[in-house]
Amino acid sequence: MTEWLNVILQGVLIGGLYAMFAAGLSLIFGVMRLVNIAHGDLIVLAAYVALMVTQTLGLDPLTSLLLVVPAMAIIGYALQRLLLNRTLGDDLLPPLLVTFGLSIIIQNGLLELFTADSRKLQAGAVETMTYQIGTGIWVGLLPFIQFVVAVAVIAALQVLFYRTALGRAFRATSDDQSVAQLMGLDTRHVFAMAMALSLAVVAIAGVFLAVRSNFDPAIGPARLIFGFEAVIIGGLGSMWGTLAGGVILGVSQAIGAQIDPGWQLLAGHIVFLIILAVRPQGLFPKVSG
Amino acid sequence: MSEQGRYRVEHATRSSRIGVGLIVIVLLALALAPFWGDRQMLRLLAELLTFVALASLWNLLAGYAGLVSVGQQAFVGLGGYLLFAMVILGGVHPIAAIFIAGPIAALVSIPVAALTFRLRGAYFAIGTWVVAEVFRLLASQVSVLGGGSGISLPAAAVIAMAPTRQAREFEIYWLALALTVMVLAAIVALLRSRHGLALTAIRDNEVAAQSNGIDVTRVKLIVYVLTAFGTAMIGALIFLMKLRISPDTAFSVNDWTAFVIFITVIGGIGRIEGPIVGTIIFFFMRQTLSDLGSLYLLIMGAVAIVVMLWAPKGLWGLIAERYGWQALPLQRQLVFDDDARRASDKRA
Amino acid sequence: MRDAPLLQVDAIDVFYGDFQALFGVSLTVERGHVVAVIGANGAGKSTLLKTIAGLMQPRRGSIRFNGAAIDNAPAFAVVKRGIALVPEGRRLFPSLSVEENLKIGGQSGRPGPWTLSQIYKLFPVLSERRHLPATALSGGQQQMAAIGRALMSNPDLLLCDEISLGLAPIIVRDIYAQLPAIVGDGMSLVIVEQDIAQALKAAAQVYCLQEGRIALQGAARDLTREAISAAYFGV
Repeated sequence: MTEWLNVILQGVLIGGLYAMFAAGLSLIFGVMRLVNIAHGDLIVLAAYVALMVTQTLGLDPLTSLLLVVPAMAIIGYALQRLLLNRTLGDDLLPPLLVTFGLSIIIQNGLLELFTADSRKLQAGAVETMTYQIGTGIWVGLLPFIQFVVAVAVIAALQVLFYRTALGRAFRATSDDQSVAQLMGLDTRHVFAMAMALSLAVVAIAGVFLAVRSNFDPAIGPARLIFGFEAVIIGGLGSMWGTLAGGVILGVSQAIGAQIDPGWQLLAGHIVFLIILAVRPQGLFPKVSG
Repeated sequence: MSEQGRYRVEHATRSSRIGVGLIVIVLLALALAPFWGDRQMLRLLAELLTFVALASLWNLLAGYAGLVSVGQQAFVGLGGYLLFAMVILGGVHPIAAIFIAGPIAALVSIPVAALTFRLRGAYFAIGTWVVAEVFRLLASQVSVLGGGSGISLPAAAVIAMAPTRQAREFEIYWLALALTVMVLAAIVALLRSRHGLALTAIRDNEVAAQSNGIDVTRVKLIVYVLTAFGTAMIGALIFLMKLRISPDTAFSVNDWTAFVIFITVIGGIGRIEGPIVGTIIFFFMRQTLSDLGSLYLLIMGAVAIVVMLWAPKGLWGLIAERYGWQALPLQRQLVFDDDARRASDKRA
Repeated sequence: MRDAPLLQVDAIDVFYGDFQALFGVSLTVERGHVVAVIGANGAGKSTLLKTIAGLMQPRRGSIRFNGAAIDNAPAFAVVKRGIALVPEGRRLFPSLSVEENLKIGGQSGRPGPWTLSQIYKLFPVLSERRHLPATALSGGQQQMAAIGRALMSNPDLLLCDEISLGLAPIIVRDIYAQLPAIVGDGMSLVIVEQDIAQALKAAAQVYCLQEGRIALQGAARDLTREAISAAYFGV
């Protein structure tokens, strides 16, 4: 019994990471209906940026966020202004193909620069600290921090979306681009800000991913898929739903892995497909307003 | 002159008549390739042909039916694994296995469509990718087919195809040529049929097509199933040529989807000639840039982005628009007999 | 500079792809004046307003506002120079509350008399419903919110596209009754209307568009009903 509780708890905590993968994806889909195929590769790119920052400046991974987050946000802004804004329109192929191309470029660029070797960020003592919270139930400090950060990120996005002028601009632009322009909003800038924000979240997710496990240039697409599944499970357009989606995916994978290590990913995909079959609008769809 | 007699619908144009002539010559040359090309050339041509077929199928799916899938590797891999399963476990002849793999994959694609069609647009794309991942993970659970590390085709089954290595290579090459021609011919036939008109309408404007009484979902489902059929047969052939299969190679998103999409877009999406032109460019780039290692893939991605943004109709699209060429008689053109007569009067 | 007209549209040609919607249209708006643009459906009235607001760019001709050329400026820059458009069909943002819709109108940051509290004074019903989603308002209230949203940018020139469309006559009268309060601050107004009587009552200058061309223009009091209907219907 306690064994299963531990498994579920670990699944919940990893779910926070998946929710962060999903939040950035959901954000830009919400604002500009763009599905970014390179999202997972950008998470991996953030991990490599963190690797360089920690190695050259001798910072620990969590402190490196102070540099990695703004760096990724700037990359996001530039990417949107210079490239992705050109792909937006009624046709869904251009954004899909261009982000697919970007995915290939990032993967092979990283391969060229860093080889295919596995890397990992070392966070020191934080990594091994665990606390007993009940008889036989243990929580690692790092997964716990990661989950708390994920909840904080989702809460911050929620506040930003519904309480700030930028959030208002995001929602207005999402509703009606041309009228948004009549309000003095430069939609190209609004979209670029959304991508900057998305990649800021990607940066946090990338650093936690890199501390938690090994990474190499090829692991991006799987992260995209986890994020995508969490978005759909949670229901499009709902930030807290995204967190729930991430947790459900994390728990499914943890239970699958407990049954048979080969079933970890499969269990997650199958739960996703079941939810798609019985409740295609997701578990917590946005209340239409 | 009766009201009906005043015009007729023609498919052919002058360029397409020349095109058909050229195609016949190229096909003859390709059919005779074993007598003029060396082994390496045959292998390259066979591989090129399979990419023409895969890209043409994806073009049908995305360019005509608007189903932008990034999960076609599901059916490439399924076809490959079906062939290996039939040959290894059932003792089926490899060539027969190719033709059985098609219908099985078509059957499998129906429940897949039932699920993924619930997702719209770009989410459909990633949904198909998830399905391909599920196939990959399931394949690595099948231990009789080598599990995660894969398996080779038993030597006995290979030898049973043809006694000598050369005969086998000829056989596989001709098979690749025949299958690719069959796939292309089927696509042309489909596009010239009643469904083809509906598909072109959907390509041009889905909402208008729907309101003109076309059952868009049904047409899309038909195309999805047919594409799975063809893709799985080509997949089976690809892994018969490779003689070895593993989950990662069989269900590779880069090999069977990313490059196939790049080929189609670079050549010209929504045109039958596009994938052929794209494949030739792709192989040309691969042969000249392969020394660069992974940089070559990076360049490929960049070229695809540039073409998509600055020449969204692809290279064939540019040519076709400038010169009004079409290699295959697919477009319907209304020819007014009065105009034709007036034109001939003028000449006389 | 004071004597130059506020807005001077000079011989603009506007296209949707290959389709030409406006042919050499010219129009002048003086400071503090109300100008009406009338015409049948599809005459190009909305296109004219969209082009002035910067949502479309003229292929030929020029648009000068406050002495500066704006014909190549994008809509978001035109707002900052002082032109606001109340679009046809109101087009409030459904994801935003009534108050957020108004606040986003003030996003451009132009100073001036119009603040949230001034708008609520003009349209008290909006104040009562400010926390509701914009979609919860009635048609007339939505039109008030759309006008309020445009006013929040403190424009020198307000463009109103078919503000009476789909509203009950009594509500139209209410909204038009507020016009003097709006123009009182020296703001200029261009109203596009199919309701000719309403337009003539409100405006000093009238332009009549027919199939993308100016068919008639003049002071409202000088124009005869016959001249207008001839220009309107092209008969």
